[in-house]
Amino acid sequence: MFKAKAVSVPYLIWMAIFIIAPLVLVGIFALTDAEGSFTIENLSGIGRFTPVFARSIWLAAIATAICLLIAFPMAFAISRMSERRQNLFLMLVMLPMWMNFLLRTYAWMSLLENNGLINRFFGLFGIGPFQMINTQGAVVLGMVYNYLPFMILPLYSVMTKIDNSVIEAAQDLGASNGKVFSKVIIPLAVPGITTGITMVFVPSISTFIISRMLGGGGNLLIGDLIEMQFLGNSYNPHLGSAMALVLMVIVLFTMSITSSIDSEELEDMLI
Amino acid sequence: MTKRILSFIFAVLLTMSFFVSAETEYETDISYYEKFKDQNITINVYNWGEYISDGGDDSVNVNSEFEKLTGIKVHYTTFASNEQMYAKLKGEGTSVYDIIIPSEYMIARMIKEDMLEEIDMENIPNYALIDDQYKDLLHDPDNLYSVPYMWGMVGLIYNTSMTDEEIISWNSLWDERYFGNILMFENPRDAFGISLARLGYSMNSEDPKEMEEAAEELKKQKMLVQAYVMDEIFNKMEGGEAVIAPYYAGDAITMMDENPDLAFAFPEETTNFFVDSFVIPKGSKNKEAAEMYINFMCEPEISAANAEYIGYSTPISAAREMLDLDEEIMAISYPSVEVIEKSEIFRELDPEINKLMDKLWTEIRSYNESANDWIAPIFILSLFLASITIIVVRAVKKKRSVQ
Repeated sequence: MFKAKAVSVPYLIWMAIFIIAPLVLVGIFALTDAEGSFTIENLSGIGRFTPVFARSIWLAAIATAICLLIAFPMAFAISRMSERRQNLFLMLVMLPMWMNFLLRTYAWMSLLENNGLINRFFGLFGIGPFQMINTQGAVVLGMVYNYLPFMILPLYSVMTKIDNSVIEAAQDLGASNGKVFSKVIIPLAVPGITTGITMVFVPSISTFIISRMLGGGGNLLIGDLIEMQFLGNSYNPHLGSAMALVLMVIVLFTMSITSSIDSEELEDMLI
Repeated sequence: MTKRILSFIFAVLLTMSFFVSAETEYETDISYYEKFKDQNITINVYNWGEYISDGGDDSVNVNSEFEKLTGIKVHYTTFASNEQMYAKLKGEGTSVYDIIIPSEYMIARMIKEDMLEEIDMENIPNYALIDDQYKDLLHDPDNLYSVPYMWGMVGLIYNTSMTDEEIISWNSLWDERYFGNILMFENPRDAFGISLARLGYSMNSEDPKEMEEAAEELKKQKMLVQAYVMDEIFNKMEGGEAVIAPYYAGDAITMMDENPDLAFAFPEETTNFFVDSFVIPKGSKNKEAAEMYINFMCEPEISAANAEYIGYSTPISAAREMLDLDEEIMAISYPSVEVIEKSEIFRELDPEINKLMDKLWTEIRSYNESANDWIAPIFILSLFLASITIIVVRAVKKKRSVQ
């Protein structure tokens, strides 16, 4: 016990300096004005940004759902492969992440443009061009593309632990494929699902460069708004901190819900 | 043997340094530049990205020339916007930089907030070479804090293969024929400046009513705008993604190099004239070395090299004469007196107006007719309810299992 504590000291120090202290600072900034006196004006003023918050939540939720739909069968398929192939496929999942995030998003920009590769390909058959860039769909695509690995990996790590014999037992007892999936695989994968949802939803809701590059800057997200407060014209770290605080509350709520759903309750819900 | 090799190397080095000093002739006495030789001084320079001749494409590497000449090391870093630079300086408290190159309205703000050192012009003999029209400007009326580096103007860049019209006015940015083919500035100051100028107001308007009116126009324009951009414009205009966009003349020249269909015009209305200048922030540890750097950058030869590489305009006529550019480019970089006279330099605005502008700008950018104001509150409420139900369900279950 004592040893475990001693080992965690470096991380505790790290956490205090780089996580707790900045969080406290954000709180202080959010509740003060430029002169340093207490105010709740920053927080109450956030109401007028409701459409931006709404759009961010909406787009992040869609992106998370799509990620889950794509990643779940994918992760299951990988977890049932031979070990060598598993390693290969995991590497393929990780491969895009070896490249810089900005570059990947920039590449999508030139792919989706009206004179971009995709529209030129359609042009060969005389169709198009389709408006793809600068739409909300493009923003969601950017989120899904960039954060999909964060959904696949936790799902995969949970699913490799599902023993084949469990599935076989269910089949022996007469469960159809659909039943096996909904009664055995999904409940066992719940920890992976909740981690995956958090790991995709959180960066999606706070992203800013994706909406700027793929959304054309007309689809502002919370991240853009916060960035504007710090690097924009008026330099208002207090309002920016207040926004960050509200964003954190939203994220905390989502996390508390996803993490409080354990497999038992999910089972209840499915029944 | 080693001695011989060493002396040989020395000889080579000597002849090389002789060649270098013979190649470039500087206005200022070499002995001036040798003051800090062998003292192992480093200066920190903080400049815009892509805003110096850095040795790419066979250009002069200005910083290493300076290091060779003076023995002072240059530690060079870049920023993407005035605001980013300002936020960084404010965040750090004291400045680690010796030289920064912001635009005029930011210099005005920094002077007001007592962030800058006065520059000793005695140490910058080349200051005399700078043309008078770039001195005594609004932001620094007595020339105490800044030395002009480059200047430029905002105009309209457009693709001639996509329109037959001759573009002469900001109105083209509101033209419905270019629906979905207009790019607009992503920063509020430039966007509002254009909207104000189009309505016939001053680009530095501090009248809330005029600002609201300009914002209304920008909202109307939003339907036609394909994207709000800064650096993304290069990719989009060069690739023929959009017909028309307002941008800085210097960057327009770079884009026109890549795509010959592009053309550039100054609007008949007012446009923005900007000057980026050297300043020395409070806290600089090597002020005299910094002044030497500024003086070096004002050498006509160096200024010409920079102007040629980055496409912006030099305020030193001796440098301009060294430039070897064709007439079309010269007309963009150094427009006629009439165009310059019509233009306006950005002033630091009243903080209240700045706040209003930011508020309006956020409204414009998040403005969407189909958006539903209720999604976010409902979502947060349902999250809240969901977490409460989960807690209640759990409590009930526990009770049951205890029984």
